[in-house]
Amino acid sequence: MATKTQEVEAKGGQSRHRSLGLSDDQALRIYEVMRLARAIDERMWLINRQGRAPFVISCQGQEGAQVGTAAALRPGHDWVAPYYRDAGVILWFGMTAKDQMLSFFARREDPNSGGRQMPGHFGSRRLHIVTGGSPVATQLLHAAGVALASKQRQEDAVTAAYFGEGGASQGDCHEAMNFAGIHKLGVIFVCENNGYAISVPQSRQMAIQNLADRAAGYGFPGVVVDGNDVLACYEVAGQAVERARRGEGPTLIEAKTYRFTAHSSDDDDRRYRQAEEVAIWRQKDPIQRYAKYLRESTTLTDPVEKEITERVDQQVDEATEYAEQAPDPTPDDLMTFVYKQGTVS
Amino acid sequence: MPQKTVIEAIREGMDEEMARDPSVFLIGEDVGQRGGVFLASDGLYKKYGEYRVIDSPLAESCIVGVAIGAAINGMRPIAEIQFADFIAPAMNQIIEEAARFCYRTAGDFNLPMVIRAPWGGGVHGALYHSQSIEATFAHIPGLKVVAPGTPADAKGLLKAAVRDPDPVLFLEHKRTYRLVKGEVPDGDGVVPIGKADVKREGKDLSLIAYGLMLTYCLEVAEKLAADGISAEVLDLRTIKPIDQAAIVATAKKTGKVLVVHEDTRFAGIAAEVMAIIMEHAFDALDAPLMRLTGPDVPAMPFNHVLEEAFMPNVDRILAKAKELAAY
Repeated sequence: MATKTQEVEAKGGQSRHRSLGLSDDQALRIYEVMRLARAIDERMWLINRQGRAPFVISCQGQEGAQVGTAAALRPGHDWVAPYYRDAGVILWFGMTAKDQMLSFFARREDPNSGGRQMPGHFGSRRLHIVTGGSPVATQLLHAAGVALASKQRQEDAVTAAYFGEGGASQGDCHEAMNFAGIHKLGVIFVCENNGYAISVPQSRQMAIQNLADRAAGYGFPGVVVDGNDVLACYEVAGQAVERARRGEGPTLIEAKTYRFTAHSSDDDDRRYRQAEEVAIWRQKDPIQRYAKYLRESTTLTDPVEKEITERVDQQVDEATEYAEQAPDPTPDDLMTFVYKQGTVS
Repeated sequence: MPQKTVIEAIREGMDEEMARDPSVFLIGEDVGQRGGVFLASDGLYKKYGEYRVIDSPLAESCIVGVAIGAAINGMRPIAEIQFADFIAPAMNQIIEEAARFCYRTAGDFNLPMVIRAPWGGGVHGALYHSQSIEATFAHIPGLKVVAPGTPADAKGLLKAAVRDPDPVLFLEHKRTYRLVKGEVPDGDGVVPIGKADVKREGKDLSLIAYGLMLTYCLEVAEKLAADGISAEVLDLRTIKPIDQAAIVATAKKTGKVLVVHEDTRFAGIAAEVMAIIMEHAFDALDAPLMRLTGPDVPAMPFNHVLEEAFMPNVDRILAKAKELAAY
């Protein structure tokens, strides 16, 4: 597969990020958010395995697709409708390590849900992160609706909708793409294709190799991108965002990637995939790959790497400490916000 | 005051809300050029244009899911499900998403949106154009369910639903659309959600109903009066949140209650009303609580004999009410 990556690498060489319009600082910011997403996730697994928190669902391996695409958007102006792995997306949009740890420990102060939802169910009206539930692909229609409202008010905000290739099997995926295509809505559909819907491989979810091919059926372009190449993801997302802002309609981006962990802390991926396969993909780790590029381009030096590591570790440490000590909701909190004005029975 | 039909009242209600607030828009199947299959939105497409009156693809989950998204982003959508019977494909979006947005974000998100759905039988609509869905959705915390029976209530409650901060399922009994006429006050005439209405005062027994059954119960009350029986008729108007105080008040006043609905019996709204009365007005009862409902069959059949066998009607309600009065 001649991917976009190879083309860009051929074109950009060691100043690829600059040729994409990213300053060194911006390129490093992308790197740091990827690192932070990974570090939070790793800490969550540690704590889960120690029995201090009941559940983790992971972003590991998919940070390139997440941060690369999100970095093409304007946080606070544009909208995202993430799915449950999208820690990289929501961190880019302004969530913090503390927010995520409060959610992980299900504390009262958790800004996503006040401790009501499992971790990974992101949401913040202020940050333009659409709240998500657990049934998959419902958010794709919400994204189409958010974009419809932007169009009705003649605003140029773009909405990015994220989902896995498993979610692509849902009818809502079809209905959302169809509607967005009809009205040329400013939506970017980002499929993080990690090859498995829990245990079911792509070959048992669809008869085609590239989900992006489906875009033709909705009247807009579909692009396959190497999801572990963060700059390639940034590039295709940037093109999709420009197209959307011009009012030319949606783009489907299929980012081919892989999840390094089991589906969740309650899954055992050894039941359905080979350790060798996981090992091969770990060699393609989007963070290590990007770090290598940044070093080769002399953007990332040892002192800078050290600073980033210290900042990331400090954020994760402080967030963990704060959230673990933070108060639980009270039993009275059970009854609030069934409706905007409280409880009605 | 001018006399209007229910469908005219609903059309006026939508028109006035859309004129008042540019964030209000309508989306549904055939609502645009066609004006809706019942003509509920007749003329609105011409008046407000294709992005205020949106002809959706034939996909109910899309209609509701897109409405949710628009509500997230500052709009106040009215999503029309062409027949209540076709709402099932949207149930995931309504139950798992719309009804849970506020709760699952501890109040950070709320969805000001209305889902309009023509419901009920008596129109030869058969299994898939006659269903009652109120009990199914009233069971879902986070939703409000409204079922007006008169033109004034239809218009006033629709306005309240559009202005409400939460998702409202707005049920329009399709048999009442052109059958039921009544005075509709000029001006806003907002009818608050959650308030039942005593449509006829009485002292011997209470008939509690909503939708088309309200019209039937009022006719029954008239016939009972001819026999010297004074029947009070309480129109629930809102199914959820239910007006507990009004239910308890009428039960305490008359001591005899018959609840009537065409929805199927098991775990229906009558069961909830009866439970409320048992909990709060047991001492005031002079007779067992009674209910007259549709039977527990999947839906009403097409054949007119079977349809009539399914639907509660004036004769049957009258007989049941006399049985209650005589107890």
